Amino acid sequence: MSNFAQQQAPHRRSAVTLAWRQYRLERKLFWRNPSAAFFNLMLPLLLLLLFGAVFAGNKKYVDVIVPGIAGMGVMASTFSALAFNLTFLREQGVLKRVRGTPMPPASYLSGLLANAVTNAVIQITVVILVARFGFGVGWPKNWIELGIFLAVGVATFGALGVAFSHAIPNFDAAPAYVNAIFLPVIFISGVFYDTQTAPAFLKEIAQILPLTHLIDGLSAAMVSGKAISTQLGSLAVLLAWGAVGGVLAVRGFSWDERGN
Amino acid sequence: MPTVSSSDTAIEVIDLHKSYGETEAVAGLSFEVRRGEVFGLLGPNGAGKTTTVEILEGYRARTSGRVTVLGLDPEGRPRDLRERVGIVLQNSALYANLTVHEALSHFASLYPAPRNVDETIALVGLQGKEDGRSRTLSGGQRRRLDLALALIGDPDLVFLDEPTTGFDPQARRAAWETIRSLRSLGTTIVLTTHYLDEAQELADRVAIIKDGRVVAEGTPQDIGGATAHQARVSWTDEYGAKQEIETDMPTKLLHEITGTALAAGRELTGLKVSRPSLEDIYLDLTMEEPGDE
Ligand SMILES: Nc1ncnc2c1ncn2[C@@H]1O[C@H](COP(=O)(O)OP(=O)(O)O)[C@@H](O)[C@H]1O
Ligand SMILES: [Mg+2]
Repeated sequence: MSNFAQQQAPHRRSAVTLAWRQYRLERKLFWRNPSAAFFNLMLPLLLLLLFGAVFAGNKKYVDVIVPGIAGMGVMASTFSALAFNLTFLREQGVLKRVRGTPMPPASYLSGLLANAVTNAVIQITVVILVARFGFGVGWPKNWIELGIFLAVGVATFGALGVAFSHAIPNFDAAPAYVNAIFLPVIFISGVFYDTQTAPAFLKEIAQILPLTHLIDGLSAAMVSGKAISTQLGSLAVLLAWGAVGGVLAVRGFSWDERGN
Repeated sequence: MPTVSSSDTAIEVIDLHKSYGETEAVAGLSFEVRRGEVFGLLGPNGAGKTTTVEILEGYRARTSGRVTVLGLDPEGRPRDLRERVGIVLQNSALYANLTVHEALSHFASLYPAPRNVDETIALVGLQGKEDGRSRTLSGGQRRRLDLALALIGDPDLVFLDEPTTGFDPQARRAAWETIRSLRSLGTTIVLTTHYLDEAQELADRVAIIKDGRVVAEGTPQDIGGATAHQARVSWTDEYGAKQEIETDMPTKLLHEITGTALAAGRELTGLKVSRPSLEDIYLDLTMEEPGDE
């Protein structure tokens, strides 16, 4: 046994190499699925162009919508995409197939997560460029703060997406389940308006939701330039959601449709 | 060399049980698979074949019993084992937007000593389809890609769960050829099927299972034990009733019956000596579900 392991070990690729290979595969598959690529990348861009065009010149509103759409993009490309894709991969038996190979589960999931993170980064970049050159919004004020909120945001929404995929019974039901969460959350969390102007009960719900806090953080980093020390509350709420999501994601994880 | 490969036994299963809540899908299975042989698990739908192989593959946890696969316990899915075992699941999807060659290259990179991609494509008969995306393949071609993905790591042991269900006769013949060539390469193969002829064609040894138990085990030639292969002497007696006697000594029995008949000056109409075929035995053993697919 130990002999055997020693003999084979030199030929084994490291967990990191295998995660990288999975990531490369996911990127390839992403670009080969035009409808997914469209929803992930074009929808936030279209919304930004639309709202931006309607409210062009209204600097106050553009300042709200830019971080709002950026936050929505993070949620769409991590939470929604992972919940959706994992349900599909599980139902189709792809997860089960992978589980039968030497691929370490952590490498596989890292590849999937890194793919989602890449999409989030692409979206934020597009939003920043369009805001800068389309609507005359300046460059983000604080890049480090932006990086921190982006990292915490993708981790939190990624974990929540994996966790939520366990609640979706089958792939046919996936769009309904995902949108039942996504649509109310983006409206309540103030993607399209300043939550300070919302009715009191919506404001209270918004204060609990992670997206509100991600948008607040992104707004500070991109628009107002408020220091990160003023955003610690938002960071804490995001991390709390991320911790809960992480535990649920790992605990409930199933490779097999029937949960054997 | 490690003890695992010096042993003659590829798989050992002792008193395996698996319950899903109230239902006991596997109820005390025991069998052994030797290295280099094709072992068939034959039985009707719901017999517990998939449950059994998925326990051996490490996908499902057993309720009790002892299981050893290539010297290891599959339950923790040790990586040593995953590197040496190839799996064709009963149903499982492929990456629809990857080509045959891309899919095989990707999976090859997961193994320490994979087979050559083009060789594997040739082995399963997918030449000319290398650059076709999975979504464009026919059902039979997909199943062949499935098999190729199981073989790409150059496994010592391959599990095939109903590899030809839903195939037309021609595709089945082709799949059988591939499985035979694998066997000739020295690969140990465990195959489940509910087709008797498939087990007969391919398996060196067969276990017939029903309701989670082995009801017969052996080579396709002598399965069912001695009694199942007893000769049956049958005839119609003077009152028109059909008579049948099973015996180990048909010559002696025939001598007695014909002697009596001759002495009484009677003709024995419909006199026949027969032996049951594997099909008779299989139907006998698995009777209750004759309509199963
Ligand atoms: N995950 C499961 N949960 C509950 N019952 C199951 C599960 N898998 C199989 N069974 C039941 O166990 C029995 C054996 O099933 P299976 O192993 O799939 O048989 P076979 O592959 O021989 O058709 C069947 O009665 C089936 O309904
Ligand atoms: Mg089955």
